Order: sequence, then C-alpha cells, then structure tokens
Amino acid sequence: MSPDFYQIWVYLSTTPLLGLTVTLVAYQGGTWIYRKANLNPILNPVLIAIIALVALLFFTGTDYQTYFEGAKFVHFMLGPATVALAVPLYNQFRQVRRSFPSILIALLAGSATAALSAIGIAWALGASRQTLISLAPKSVTTPIAMGISEATGGLPSLTAVLVILTGIIGAVFATWTLNVLGIRDWRARGLAIGVAAHGIGTARALQVNEVAGAFASLAMGLNALATAVLLPILLGLIF
Amino acid sequence: MLSHITILLVYQLAGDVIARTFELALPGPVIGMALLFTTLLAKGGAPEGFNKTALGLLEHLSLLFVPAGVGVMMHLHLIGEEWVALSAALIGSTILTIAVTALVMRGCARLSGRGDEDVDHMGGGA
Repeated sequence: MSPDFYQIWVYLSTTPLLGLTVTLVAYQGGTWIYRKANLNPILNPVLIAIIALVALLFFTGTDYQTYFEGAKFVHFMLGPATVALAVPLYNQFRQVRRSFPSILIALLAGSATAALSAIGIAWALGASRQTLISLAPKSVTTPIAMGISEATGGLPSLTAVLVILTGIIGAVFATWTLNVLGIRDWRARGLAIGVAAHGIGTARALQVNEVAGAFASLAMGLNALATAVLLPILLGLIF
Repeated sequence: MLSHITILLVYQLAGDVIARTFELALPGPVIGMALLFTTLLAKGGAPEGFNKTALGLLEHLSLLFVPAGVGVMMHLHLIGEEWVALSAALIGSTILTIAVTALVMRGCARLSGRGDEDVDHMGGGA
C-alpha cells in the first residue's frame, strides 16, 4: 500500500482541490473550537485556521504558492464580499442617522489615532518601513486593510495577520479600557470598538448590546472608507 | 442569486476601472462598496433578495481572510525580528484608539445636548 499512498500524495499535492479543501476544513475546525469555548475572542477561528494551515504546509514541505493555487478560489470572493459590505453599512446608517455629526468627528479622531499611534510606536521601537506600512491599516476590516496595504506598498498577508491580532486585542481589552474611562454610553462604547477592532470587535459588541453592535458595525464600515481615502495621503506625507 | 452576485461583480469591476483610470491608491472593491452604498442611499435600499445574498456572503466573511493570512508564513523571519515593535504597536495603539474614539464621541454627544439618547442604563459590558 505505501507506494500507492505516496503516488496519491504526489497527485493531490499538485491539484487545487487539496488547498481549497484544507482551507475549508481548517476554518470549520477553528469555528468549532471557538464555539466550544463560548466565543472566547482569544480562540479566534481565523487565527486557529491560519496557525493550523501554516503548520500543515510546514510539516508537509508544501510552499505557499502551491497551497494558494487551490485557496485562491476562496480568496477571490474577498472582492465581491467587500462590495457587499455596503448593505449592512446602509442598514446601520439608517439606524444611527441622528447621531451622525458626533459619529463623524469621533470616527476621524479614532481613525487617525489608529494609524498614527501604530506607526509611531513601531517606528520608535525600530520597525522597518515596510512593516510600518503593513501595520498602518491594522484597525481596518481585513479585506479592505489588505487592499490598502497592497496599494500603499505594504505586505498584504502580514497586514491580514496584524489586523486579526488587532481585532483579538480589541475584543479582549475593550471592556476594561472603557470601564476605566467611565464610558457608559453604548453608542460611544460600540463606536470605539468598531473603529479600533473592526469585525472581531463588532462581533464582541453585538454579543453584549444591540445599540453597541449597530454603532460598532457602522464604525467598522466608515473607518474602512476613511482609512482607504486618507491613509495613502498620510503615508505620502510621512515617507 | 446569480443576478445579485453579478451586480456585486459589476460594482467591483467599476471600482477597479475607476481606481486604474484615475491612478488612485484606493482598492477597487472599496470604490465598488462606496458606489453601491451611494446607490442604496439614492434608491432608499435594495430588494430583499439582494440583501439576503449580500448578507449571506458576509456570513462567511472571516473564511475569506484565511488564504491570505496563511501567506504570513513567508514573513515569519520578519515577525521574528520585529515582534517587540509589532506587539507594542498593536496593543498600545488599539487601547489608545478605543480611548480616543470613546472620549471624543462622549464629548460630542454632550456638546450636542443629546447625551442620553439611545443609552441603555445598564452600565459596562461592551
């Protein structure tokens, strides 16, 4: 049997089917663990799937390009999914229209803080230029952050992982930070989480309070738009 | 369903064409999203079926990050070299962003005199 297994592996490792299948299996495994752990933000399903797949590729000696031949079918859907974000953005926009002027000012302040403080801290600790550019859109929802990173000369895959880590950090520290500051208004709490920690933070806000969830989703969408427009200009001024 | 996916692709394509034509540093899909948002504002919403397709696609949004995220394996040496700067920047900047956004939002809401609107008085949590 063993020579046959090897033949099968040689065949499978060259077809896109394997890369596509392991991506779906790893993600569903990650989701299963996340649910079992009562949606604990540290056990983020995307992070679990990425770690599992990197380990798998490493131990089977498969290079990323070979894996991506299959996974690109999933990756392609990021574009249409980004366009589809307009739908929840529109739904939330209608809900929160009354507070819109306050939202806009807080959003711009938060958006600028997210990019500038990340660049500033990493720069002070000696990070390279490419790392700084990849880090700048870290608070923006993943598909758009990757697009911004690519358009501004960063490393989209590094950005993807930094964005996910940011979401987890935001989901873990938000309650503590907001309580220390004595912020009780659910609108402000939701908006802050959405700007700082995009979809992962928004998912956390939705678990806690519906108003916070609506403001977080809106903040995520608007922050993505604001950062996509303003960050290339800001980076042009800095570098 | 197929027509809804087609609409999303047409908006993405339009966004890509605009980004290339005007040499914008904006991702094409983001322009597509802005165009679709504008359309929804102008038309006062989309048909139920379209909303369903869009939200259905977004239900599995996080799956779509996985292939690109795995690409981090090509940058492990970079993370190994700069992990101190990266961790400090991620944790420091995220907490700072939450604080600044929440404080500015509270300040603005107070100034506009609508501090209690939409507020649930149960206190902390999110």
